[in-house]
Amino acid sequence: MTTTTDRGRFRVPWIIVALGIIAALVVAASIWASADPDGLERVAQDIGFLDVAEDSPFVLIADYVFPGLDGPLATIVAGLIGVAIVFVVVWLLGRVLVRRRSTSGD
Amino acid sequence: MFSLPVTMLHAPDGFVSVPIAIAMWAITAVVVGYAVMRTNRQLDERAVPLLGVMAAFIFAAQMFNFPVGPGMSGHLLGGVLAAVLLGPWAATLVMTAVVGVQALVFQDGGLLILGANIFNMGAVGTLGGYAVYRAVAALLGGERRGRLPAAAVAAWISVVGGALAITLQLAASGVVPLGLALPAMVGAHALIGIGEAAITVAAIAFIGGTRADLLRLRETGAVPAGADR
Repeated sequence: MTTTTDRGRFRVPWIIVALGIIAALVVAASIWASADPDGLERVAQDIGFLDVAEDSPFVLIADYVFPGLDGPLATIVAGLIGVAIVFVVVWLLGRVLVRRRSTSGD
Repeated sequence: MFSLPVTMLHAPDGFVSVPIAIAMWAITAVVVGYAVMRTNRQLDERAVPLLGVMAAFIFAAQMFNFPVGPGMSGHLLGGVLAAVLLGPWAATLVMTAVVGVQALVFQDGGLLILGANIFNMGAVGTLGGYAVYRAVAALLGGERRGRLPAAAVAAWISVVGGALAITLQLAASGVVPLGLALPAMVGAHALIGIGEAAITVAAIAFIGGTRADLLRLRETGAVPAGADR
């Protein structure tokens, strides 16, 4: 990871910039994303097999709406939580894969 | 009536039969298991943050449904984008994590059908789409020259290919006749694929302009490249 400080000149680490862009994308999506069904859902509606869909046996943050919040904010919070979870999960997975190799002698 | 911007992105349970769902889980388990093995054998520590960032970006971008004609939207899948940067195997793990978290935490896509969803939206793009990307880039005189057009073609094919895959699974499950679903699904996703191609090209061009070194992770061996080496 780069925490580059070119002797006195501070540069924001790229990973912070990237996560900032991603957070902005979540906000934009929560406000401006099309509410129309996506390709699969639209075809399922048109042909008439959408009703075979079964409900999930449990619910955490269904439909990208954080429980108890309304409007875009509910989706912004849900989306930021999702971003944080996938980022941490994949980072940890990557760390485990790197470490396992180095301990097995490669 | 107030409708929320992001609702169902992925196939829910019930869309495919239990035997088809189990068969797809088995295929996906083998693919993901192999991806873990390859990535475990070759993953540079410095590439790990980018894996996380790519997963976060794909999760966020998938929430951004863009309009595709009247009454229909599409969203990024991201498999080709991930594979161009991270190679097919690490990209497969990234897509598996994204689609897995969407199912487990956001109830977007069923759990029984999760194996199929990981295959259709992950492996089809990260493995099939990546193979297309490499082939088209080679035709155009190598990745350096052909990167963007090759990514565009691969991204489009990955969306149509993923749609084809779920359609075959739906038909094999007896949910819908193939002849009815195939033209509708391929037609819709031929349009959505244009959005996939545009976003994929824009993201790669942006990274090439700001952090060109991130486009060379495969070349430098920081992530496992394709089966060709």
